[in-house]
Amino acid sequence: MTMLKKFKRAATGAALIGAALLGINPASAAEPPIKVGVLHSLSGTMAISETTLKDTVLMMVAEQNAAGGLLGRQLEAVVVDPMSNWPLFAEKARELISKDKVDVIFGCWTSVSRKSVLPVIEELNGLLFYPVQYEGEESSKNVFYTGAAPNQQAIPAVDYLMNDLGVERWVLAGTDYVYPRTTNKILEAYLKAKGVKEEDIMINYTPFGHSDWQSIVAEIKTFGGKGKKTGVVSTINGDANIPFYKELGNQGMSAEDIPVVAFSVGEEELSGMDTSALVGHLAAWNYFQSVEDPKNAEFIARWHTFTGDDKRVTNDPMEATYIGFRMWVEAVKKAGTTDPDAVGAAMIGLSVNNLTGGMAVMGSNHHLSKPVLIGEIQEDGQFLVVSETEELIPGDAWSDFLPGSKDTIADWTPPISCGNFNTVTKTCSGQNF
Amino acid sequence: MYRLIIALILGCIACPWLNAADDPLADDPLSLQLGVLAQTKLTKMPAQIEVLVALNDSRVVPVLQAMLDGRLYRRKSDNLLFIGVPGDDKSLAITNPLGGSETTVAPASDLSRVAVNNRMRGQLRLAIAQLNLASEDEQQRFDAAQELLGDVSPPVIALLNQVAQAESSERVLAVVADAQALAALQQDDALIRLKAVEQLTGNLQPVVLNALQSLTALDAGGAPLESDPLVYKRALKAIAGIKQEAEFYSSAETIFFGLSLGSVLLLSAIGLAITFGVMGVINMAHGELIMLGAYTTYVVQLVLPNHLEYSLLVAVPLAFVVSGLVGVGIERGVIRFLYGRPLETLLATFGISLILQQAVRSIFSPLNRSVANPEWMSGALQLNPLFSLTYNRLYILVFSLVVFFLLLALLKRTRLGLQFRAVAQNRAMARAMGIRSAWVDAMTFGLGSGIAGIAGVALSQLTNVGPNLGQAYIIDSFMVVVFGGVGNLWGTLVSAFSLGMANKFIEPVAGAVLAKILVLIFIILFIQRYPRGLFPQQGRSVD
Repeated sequence: MTMLKKFKRAATGAALIGAALLGINPASAAEPPIKVGVLHSLSGTMAISETTLKDTVLMMVAEQNAAGGLLGRQLEAVVVDPMSNWPLFAEKARELISKDKVDVIFGCWTSVSRKSVLPVIEELNGLLFYPVQYEGEESSKNVFYTGAAPNQQAIPAVDYLMNDLGVERWVLAGTDYVYPRTTNKILEAYLKAKGVKEEDIMINYTPFGHSDWQSIVAEIKTFGGKGKKTGVVSTINGDANIPFYKELGNQGMSAEDIPVVAFSVGEEELSGMDTSALVGHLAAWNYFQSVEDPKNAEFIARWHTFTGDDKRVTNDPMEATYIGFRMWVEAVKKAGTTDPDAVGAAMIGLSVNNLTGGMAVMGSNHHLSKPVLIGEIQEDGQFLVVSETEELIPGDAWSDFLPGSKDTIADWTPPISCGNFNTVTKTCSGQNF
Repeated sequence: MYRLIIALILGCIACPWLNAADDPLADDPLSLQLGVLAQTKLTKMPAQIEVLVALNDSRVVPVLQAMLDGRLYRRKSDNLLFIGVPGDDKSLAITNPLGGSETTVAPASDLSRVAVNNRMRGQLRLAIAQLNLASEDEQQRFDAAQELLGDVSPPVIALLNQVAQAESSERVLAVVADAQALAALQQDDALIRLKAVEQLTGNLQPVVLNALQSLTALDAGGAPLESDPLVYKRALKAIAGIKQEAEFYSSAETIFFGLSLGSVLLLSAIGLAITFGVMGVINMAHGELIMLGAYTTYVVQLVLPNHLEYSLLVAVPLAFVVSGLVGVGIERGVIRFLYGRPLETLLATFGISLILQQAVRSIFSPLNRSVANPEWMSGALQLNPLFSLTYNRLYILVFSLVVFFLLLALLKRTRLGLQFRAVAQNRAMARAMGIRSAWVDAMTFGLGSGIAGIAGVALSQLTNVGPNLGQAYIIDSFMVVVFGGVGNLWGTLVSAFSLGMANKFIEPVAGAVLAKILVLIFIILFIQRYPRGLFPQQGRSVD
C-alpha cells in the first residue's frame, strides 16, 4: 500500500471521528458523547489480527453516528493500545473505565488477555464485548462472548471429519497455552465418548511461533500411515501455521490424505500468503467472507469503502464484533440508558441479523447462537463452504464433556443469576472464571 | 442445452476466429458434457465428473488436471469453460480446453473459478490416473500406476489386468504386479495369497504394510484371520522385514532433521560468531540483520515476479550487501563509540533492533510478507517410500556448509582475514604494524552482518517473514556461539549441529516444548562447568 493511501485512510478515519467529536447536529452538541472503548493490540505479535477489529469498531461507530447517533447523542471511540502485553490489558481496561469513563469496551483477542481484564471489569462493573472464538469454561456478568464456544466450532468440526470424511485416527495439535489445552481436553473427552480408542488419538503441543515442524510432521505421517483415515485438528495459533502447512506439503501429505481442520486460520491470516500448500485443508468458523448473502455483500462493500482498500478481507471475529456492536446499540435503545446493569439485562434475548443469512440471539449465559460453517481453503485465500449446520447452535459456556463442568450452567436471568451454577447441588460458586 | 447453444453462439460472436474450431465441436459429446459441467452445483459435481470420465476420451485429461489445479474457469458471460493462466491482477489468459491453442485475454471479473473440494480432488486424481494408464508417456503411466496402488476395487483391477497384457515398461509392470498382488491377498485360494505375499515382500509402501497387517490380524478369539499357516508365517516375516527397514529409515530421518535444524542454527549464528566471537561486540540487532536479509528476498521477488526460480540467487548477494551496509552503518554510527563498554553496547544495539523492527513495520506493514518457494525448493527427494529428504532443508544444509567454509577460507587465506585476526588478537600491535584498525572493525562488523543477511534469505524459505523474525533467532544464535566457544568458528559449527541433533532426538520423546527447555538447561549446566564453551580460545587475547 502506498503512503498516500494510508494517509488517506487515516485522514478519513480522523475526519469521521472529528465529525463525531464536533457533533453533526447542533442539538446533540450539548449532550456529552457516549464513549466506546476499544481495547485491541495495535503493536506486538497480536497486532496482525487485532488491528482489523479496531478498524471494525471505528467503522461501526462512524456509521452509527452517520445514522444519527444513539439516544440522540453521538458516539466517541476511545482507542488504547495494550501492545500484546497481557497485564497491560488490565491496566488499559482500568484506565478506560475509571479515567475515560467509557460506557462499553470492545476488545481482547487471546484468552490470556481476557482473563487479565476480567477482575478489573468485574470490580469496576464495566461492560466488555469479546469477539473471538475461545475455550469456554467461563461466563461473567460483565462480559458478552460474541465469538464461538467450543460446541460452536471445535465439536462440529470434529463431527464433520468423523461423519463426512470418515476420520478414525486423530491428531490434536496445538500451541502450548490455555485455549488449545482446554479445547483439546474437551475434544479428547468427546472423542472417547464417541468410542475412539486411546491409541487412535495423538496429542502434540508446540511453542508459540514454532517453525521447525520436520519431526512433528514426520510423526503425523507415521501415525497416519496405519491404514485408517487420519485427520488433524489444529489449534496451532498465529503464524506458526504457515511453516506447518508448508512442511506438510513438502513431505508429500495432501489434504486428501490427511485433512487438517484449523480453528485459528481465517481470511486475514491467509491474505497475502502463498496458499499453494494449504489448498483443501479445512477451517471451522461461524462466518466466511465467501458466504453469499446480501447482508454480507453489503458489509464487505462498506468495509472496503471505509478502509479505502478493496483487497482487505473480512473474517469471523469481525462478524462477531459487528454483531456485538449492533446488539449493544439495540440494548442501549431498549434500556434507554448506557448503564452497564440495565444494558446487560436488556442484552439477554436480543436478536440481530448475522452476516450469513440468520439471526444471532444472545443467550442468558451471555453467549450467542451461531451457525457453524466448515470451509476448504482455496487458491485465492478464500474458503469454499463444504458443510453448514442447518440450525443455529446456542453457545455453551460450560462444556458438557469435561467432568468438572458437566453439571455447571451459566444463567444471568433471575432466579439463578449466576455464571457458574451447579445444577446438582443447586449452588452458585460465585467464581465465574 | 438451449442455453449452451446460445452460449456457443455468443462465444462465437465474441471471437469469430474461433468459429472454425467451435463448429465441429457443437455436437461433440465431450463438449456438451463440459457445458453441463459449467452449470452444475458443487454437490452434484462428482456425478457429472463421472459422466465426463466415462466418455473415455483422452482430451478430458487436461480438463481434469486444470480442474484439480484450480485453473479451470467458467466465463460468466457465456457459461463456457476455459483453462486460465493468471496474467496481471485484472486479467487472465484463457484457452478453450478442446478448441486448440488460441489464447485470448479475458478480464478476471468475467471469470469464476470452478470450485473443487477434497472429495472431488480425490476423484479427479484417480480418474486422471486411470486415463493416464493408456498414456504414451512412460513416466505418466508409471505415476498413474503408483497412484492406483492400493485401490482394489474391481474396475481398477480389471483395468490393471488389461494394462499388464499390453505394458512394455518394466517399471510400470512392477507396480502393476504389486497392485495385482494387493488385490490377490483377498482371493480364496491360499496358493494365490502365498504368491501375492511373496511378491509384496520387501515392498516398503505403507499400503503394503497395512494390507499385510490386516491379513495377519487376530480375530476376537485370538486366532489369526489368515487360515493358511504358511501364508500367515510368510506374511509375518514380510512384516518383520518391513518394520526393521522402517526403523532404520526413521533413525536416518531423525539424523537428517537434526542436521537440518543444525544448519539453520549455524546460518543464523555464524554472523554472530564474527561480530560477537571475534570482535566481542554483543550485538542484539543481529536478529534484525537476518530479518533484513529475509525482506530483501521479499523485495527481489516483488521486483522480479516472473523470475521466481532465480530470485534466491539474486537475493543472496543483495542481502549480503544490504545487511552488510546496515551493519557498517551501525558500527560507524554507534558501536565504535562504545568499544570496551559491553553493557552500553548491549543497550544501544537493543535499541537499534527495535528501530529496525519498527522501520520494517512502517515500510512493509506489521503483517507477515509472503515469500514464495521456487519450484526447486519445494517437495522432497523421495529415496524410497519410507525415506524422503525435503528439498528446501537439503539445499539449506548444503548452503550453510558452503557459507561456513567460504568464511573460513576468507579468514584464513586472505589478507583481509589476516588483518581481522590480527586486530582481534592484539589491537595495539596490529596498529603498530600499520593496519587501519578502525577500518578493519567496520569491515569485520559488515562481514558478520552481511552473513546474517544471507541467513535471512535461507530462513525466508523456512519460516515467516515478518518484523518479529529476528527475535525468534537471536537467543538461539547467542546460545550456539557461547556453547561452541567464543571466537572459534569450528566451535560454532560443532555446537550448531550438536544442538540441532540433541533437539531432534529429544523431541519425539519429550515434545517440542520440553525439548527446548532440556537443551537450554543442558547448556546452562555446561557453561557452569566450562565457561568458555566447547572449544575455548587459546592464547593471550583471552585474558
